[in-house]
Parts: sequence; C-alpha cells; structure tokens
Amino acid sequence: MKILWLQSGGCGGCTLSWLGSEMAPLHELLRAEGLEMVWHPSLAEASAEEARAIIAACANGTRAFDVLCVEGALLRGPQSSGRFHLLSGTGVPMAVWVTRLAARARHVVAVGSCAAFGGITSAGCNPTDACGLQYDGDTAGGLLGPDFRAVSGLPVIHIAGCPPHPDWISETLIGLARDRISRDDLDDLGRPRFYADQLVHHACPRNEYYEFKASAAKPSDQGCLMEQLGCKGTQAHADCNLRLWNGSGSCLRGGFPCIRCTEPGFEEPGHPFAETPKIAGIPIGLPSDMPKAWFVALAALSKSATPTRVRENARADHTLKAPSVRKGPKR
Amino acid sequence: MTRRIVGPFNRVEGDLEVALDIQGGRVGSAYVNAPLYRGFEQILLGKAPLDALVFVPRICGICSVAQSAASAQALANAFGWQAPDNGRIASNLMLATENLADHLTHFYLFFMPDFARGEYRARPWFTAAEARFKAMAGSAAAQVLPARAAFLRTMGMIAGKWPHTLALQPGGSSRPLQGSEKIRLRCILREFRSFLEATLYGDALENVAALTDEDRLEAWGEAHSGSDFGRFLAFARDLGLHGLGRATDLFMSYGSFPQQTGRLFPAGLWHGAPLPLDPLAIREDVSHAWYAEADAPQAPAAGSTLPLGAKAGAYSWCKAPRYDGQVVEVGALARQVVAGHPLARTLVAAHGGNVMSRVAMRLVEIAVVLPEMERWVEQLAPGEPYCVVGEIPEQASGIGLVEAARGSLGHWLDLRHGRIHNYQIIAPTTWNFSPRDARDQPGALEQALAGIEASADGTTPAAIQHVVRSFDPCMVCTVH
Repeated sequence: MKILWLQSGGCGGCTLSWLGSEMAPLHELLRAEGLEMVWHPSLAEASAEEARAIIAACANGTRAFDVLCVEGALLRGPQSSGRFHLLSGTGVPMAVWVTRLAARARHVVAVGSCAAFGGITSAGCNPTDACGLQYDGDTAGGLLGPDFRAVSGLPVIHIAGCPPHPDWISETLIGLARDRISRDDLDDLGRPRFYADQLVHHACPRNEYYEFKASAAKPSDQGCLMEQLGCKGTQAHADCNLRLWNGSGSCLRGGFPCIRCTEPGFEEPGHPFAETPKIAGIPIGLPSDMPKAWFVALAALSKSATPTRVRENARADHTLKAPSVRKGPKR
Repeated sequence: MTRRIVGPFNRVEGDLEVALDIQGGRVGSAYVNAPLYRGFEQILLGKAPLDALVFVPRICGICSVAQSAASAQALANAFGWQAPDNGRIASNLMLATENLADHLTHFYLFFMPDFARGEYRARPWFTAAEARFKAMAGSAAAQVLPARAAFLRTMGMIAGKWPHTLALQPGGSSRPLQGSEKIRLRCILREFRSFLEATLYGDALENVAALTDEDRLEAWGEAHSGSDFGRFLAFARDLGLHGLGRATDLFMSYGSFPQQTGRLFPAGLWHGAPLPLDPLAIREDVSHAWYAEADAPQAPAAGSTLPLGAKAGAYSWCKAPRYDGQVVEVGALARQVVAGHPLARTLVAAHGGNVMSRVAMRLVEIAVVLPEMERWVEQLAPGEPYCVVGEIPEQASGIGLVEAARGSLGHWLDLRHGRIHNYQIIAPTTWNFSPRDARDQPGALEQALAGIEASADGTTPAAIQHVVRSFDPCMVCTVH
C-alpha cells in the first residue's frame, strides 16, 4: 500500500510520536506490513524539485498511490486565499493540493486532531481560518465537505489525538492495507473504534482516588484530578491508560489532567484547562453515560466513606500511609 | 542572473522554501521563506496564564518540551515562584532527553541520508554511505529507531508522554519520581549509553566529550572509522565540509540546565571572545516579513504579531530577530562555544561555524549531557517536594529563556487582569533562518548559502542541502 503523507497547519508532533513506535521499530513495521512511503516530509530522501515532481504526479494521476495522510489543520485564510500555507516551491495553497490529491486517494486519513477537526491550530480567534479535512470542530464540513467520500467509499478516517499514540497510526494503516476497516469500524466521529471505544478513565492508576473522590489539590499530588484539576478522562474516548505511552506513561500517570485531546473542540473547553468548572460545587462535565443525580449521590456517599489512607495520600506526592497489612493464620 | 526556488525542503521539521539568485554559476544571494503561519501569539491572547502550558508545546512536535520549559520559566518569573530542587532536576531531565533525542533524529534521519544521494555515486565511500544511511532503507535507522524509542521511556516516566506533556509546571514538575523509579531511569540511561558507545561513537562517552581540538578530532575519527561519527568525519574531510556554510560567527546561547547555582551551560555570546548576554538588546525586525510594522524594531516584551495578506518587499512569515542590531547564530555549536568547550572553541577559531563544526558539536554534546543526566537521576530526593504553587498575580510580566536542541528559545509574556495580554516567542530557527532586516542584512542561513556552486541542470546540489540541514532547522517553531 502506497502512502503519500503531507503536513500542513500543525506541529509535526504526530510524525514524531509515530517515530517512537514501540509495537515494532517504525521502518521495520512499514517494511513487514508492505507500507510504502511515496513521500513523507521527515523521512523521504526526495527534496525540492524531486519532491514537487512526486506530489504533482500523484495529483494529476500519473503516479499511483493508495492513501493520503494529512497531518495538521488546513488553513483557509487570509480571506479564503489559503496563503497562510503555500506548499513551498509551488506557490499553491496546501489546501488546494490536498483537495486535488484527496480526489484520487483510495483512503484519506487525518493524522491527529488538527487534520481531523481543526484542533489547536483553530483555537482562540482562529487567526488562520483553520479547519479539519472533513470537520470544522464537531460539525461535518471542513475543507472537503460533509459529502466527501474517498475512492474506497469511506469518509475521512480520523486518527484523533494531540498527538495520536504511535500504535493508533500504525494499526489504522495496517488495517487499511489489509482491507479490514469498514464504516462499522469507525465511531460516529470517524475515529477507529479499536481505540476510540475506550475511555481514558479505563485503567487509570488513580481509580481508587476517583472511587472515593479523594482529590489532588495541586500538580504532583497523587489524588484524582477530576474534581479540582480539570481532568476529562471519564469523558475522553481513547485507550491511553490501557495502551501506555513511551513505555509506562500516560497523561494521568504523568500527573496532569486529560484534556480530551481526541475530541473535537478540546482546544476551547470554555474554562482554564487545569481547573474543573462547577455549578454549586458539582463538576459540569460528568462521566460519560452517568446520570447526574446518581453521580451526586454516589460522590457524597463515597466522600463520607473515604479511608484516611486514601484521603491523606491524595494530597501528597508520595505514599504517606501504606495499605494496612492483614495478618492471620493460613486457611 | 536566474532565480531558483527550492522547496519543499524536507527532512527539516516543518515547511521551508529557499529562493536562490544564481550569478556566474554560484549562489549570489539567498532568500529564506517560512511559508506556514499559524498564529499562536494571537491564539494565546485572553487565555488564563496556565493555559499557555497546553498551547505552546503544540507549536512544535520536536521542540515540544523546550517550548513547555520556556513557558513554565516565563510563568514562574511572572508569578515569582521558585521550583524545588526535585522539580528543577526533573525538568532538566525532560529537556535533556528531548535535546538528545532530537540530536539523534537530526543526525540519522534528517542529515546523513544526503550522503547517500546519487550525486555522490563516484565517491569511494558511497556504497558504505548508501548501505548505512539511505533514507528509509539504510541499516542505521533499524538500530536507531528502537534505541531512540527505548530512550524516550524516560519521558513516559517523567513526563507522562512525548511530545506534548503538561508535566513541566512553573512550580516544578507534576510527576513525583519515587526511589524504585530512579533505578528504572538509571537502567534506561545505561541502555542508551551502551547504544551510543557501540554505534554512534565506538568509544566511551567520556572520551568523546574530552576531545579538545581539530587534530585530536581527526585522529579520533580515523581511529574510530567504524562508528557513525567516524563515518561522518570521513565524509566531511573528503568533501571539505569545514569550508562550507559559514555565517556570521557571532554565536549566542541563553544557557541551559539550571543547577543549584548557575546553569550547566552558561548564557552569553561569543565573537572571538566572550560577551555577556543582555536580553534587552534583542529586537524583532519585520521589514521583510508579512507583518504590520511599528516605527522601529520592537523588543519582544512589547512586540506584536499581526499578519498581513500582502506587503511590498516582504518574503517570509519569519521575523528577523537581531541582537544589538546584529545577526547571530544559535544551536549546539553556539551553545558549546559559549559554554567554553575546547573543541568548539578551536573549531570555530580555525574555520568558524560550518557544516562540519555544527554537526560534530551536536554529537559531542550528546556525550557531554548523558553523563550529567546520570548524575541528575542520583540527585532526585523522593519524599522531598517536586512542585509548589502560590498566588497568581493579576498583573505581571515574565521572561523564559531556554535552549532547545537547535538553539535559543525565548518566551516573553505580559499578564493583565489575570489573563494573557501579550505573548511573544522567538525560536532558534527564527534567529538562524531570518529574512533580511531594515538594513538589508541577510539572516544567518542566507549568508551561509552565498557563494555555493549551483548545478548546471537546475537541480539542488547536495552542498546546499548540507548547509540548510546543518542548522537542524525547525520551521514550525520559526513561525508559530
């Protein structure tokens, strides 16, 4: 399967994340799975006129390719000119190149939340009129329009995440190469369900603190980050605590809140990222699928049942009280 | 005179275009264009101060932690907070991991593949270069990518993930490492040391770090010709890369890795002799960039970033920062020259900044920093605090000056009414790849490209590619 990879209004972090693949070393994985890079901005030898020739040949149909991967948001400004990103050496907006190439691709893949939904690049006053390939935030549309379908018949596939986990990218591309990704394998926002059907909350190491609403008050505290520090792990679709990052990491394991980076619009939460917005002391963002009344009742009950050990450890950066050791005769 | 447009210039981070005016078969003048603008300085306006920590790492996927470190430092400076030792050490470990991983990525994936270009087919070393360094196919990447991924497990432990962590905070670090984790970190660093000593150097890190001058470097290269550093030195000698890509030879470093007192690599400038760094001497000129202009170049603390759809005489989204009106070069070479590394000082005294010295000092810096990281891990004191918090003032200003892998990175912020009123960023490649200024002084790369022989057929010679990539440019930082 031949892949053409382009970068636009983003930071290149999706590629850098992917290079850290631990499932298998990236180049070995590509070779073994028959994934061939027609061109990639960080990896290919071809530069300048050689690169222009490859991209142009793909766009006019004289060079075959299967998958168009786009990393970074598409910039429509200023005044719909696309001039905030001209593909260098061509004088033509990247958004125009991407539109031409998408029409010829068997699959179009948005790598990262910028290419999927606009992401960080579309935050604040959105100075560049940035959008995703087929979405602008959570609204279908974007650069290619809501009705766009790749030659395969699939809409744009969204490997959302800021950045995505290396395996999310690898497994999606391998799935496409083996023809094993259909519409049913994507969720309502076009994300591969193999990672998007989980919540970041699943396997969070702070689960005991969550159960008792024993909360951290500041960064480096061990407690749950939902009540005070803005954590959205109970709402964010991703398997970050099941499939760890860089060996043994995840945002929660790093001591900071999940900011919901796989979701459209995460870049503008409407409150400071590391503060939990509340009404009458109750967090506005409740865990997915949880009725509010039950949440309030359970939170009140569990707070009153919090063991001293959990309460004290929650506000410390190391274990003050170990779980008690129970001794007794063998049975 | 003919003009050639070179782009997309890949195997750099981000998008780069260079226009070359060819006169008499050589580059007469060069014009460097960063063709992507995203507007982070506009996006940050009106945000809560700590929200900067979410946005700025996402300026760049390869300098992500450096951006976080600059922001955390600017916020701490504005708030008047002081991170505890554990927080300082953990932050140093994160920045050092990123710096070293970036040096490795640059050398093996971005820079060395150019020696496997068909243009070098007639060189005696070509077959070996192709087997080892060919893009996507060479044997080196098969060893380097797993070693790099294994090394980045330090980030999994200290930063949660890389890129884009929130572990770097103005009050320290959010991830309190415990005693048994120090053992795991030590194992990860030892594994990386073994890889470097076996593959990159064929020698102990300490021997590489202790190289003092050009003759000893050359002798070391010949004695270690089977290592990848040795291979580079052989290619460089054959091609005369010490004579290629000289710029201004005015070097700057903001200094890196705060210790209990001072920094491991001190701040300063070097122009044949040391000069103290005065951040107030920095101005940003936008005469040739697509931004609205003030009456005179602005100090970044009072600067603005207002993009224009069109502007006569402008040719880049990159501003032209100047130190006391002068063009400076930043990067690992500059950092080590300023810090007083004897090899860096003697290389620069002999031939200035060039393709060979920039690449060599990047590799030597890895050998200098990894043993420091080993010491820092030992200094972590579990049970002592990693992070403090305090009051956040409604009005304040702050500066954060750090060293990314590729050079000096500065953040200047101004808070009013508890919100970000102004936030200005000058990144390393903004210095190195700046356009001309109002006095028509070309930027560092523009100077370094002048005089290089052009090809007869209009293709881009490897020499030009070597010079551009020798700076390890990061274009997404350059214009943010």
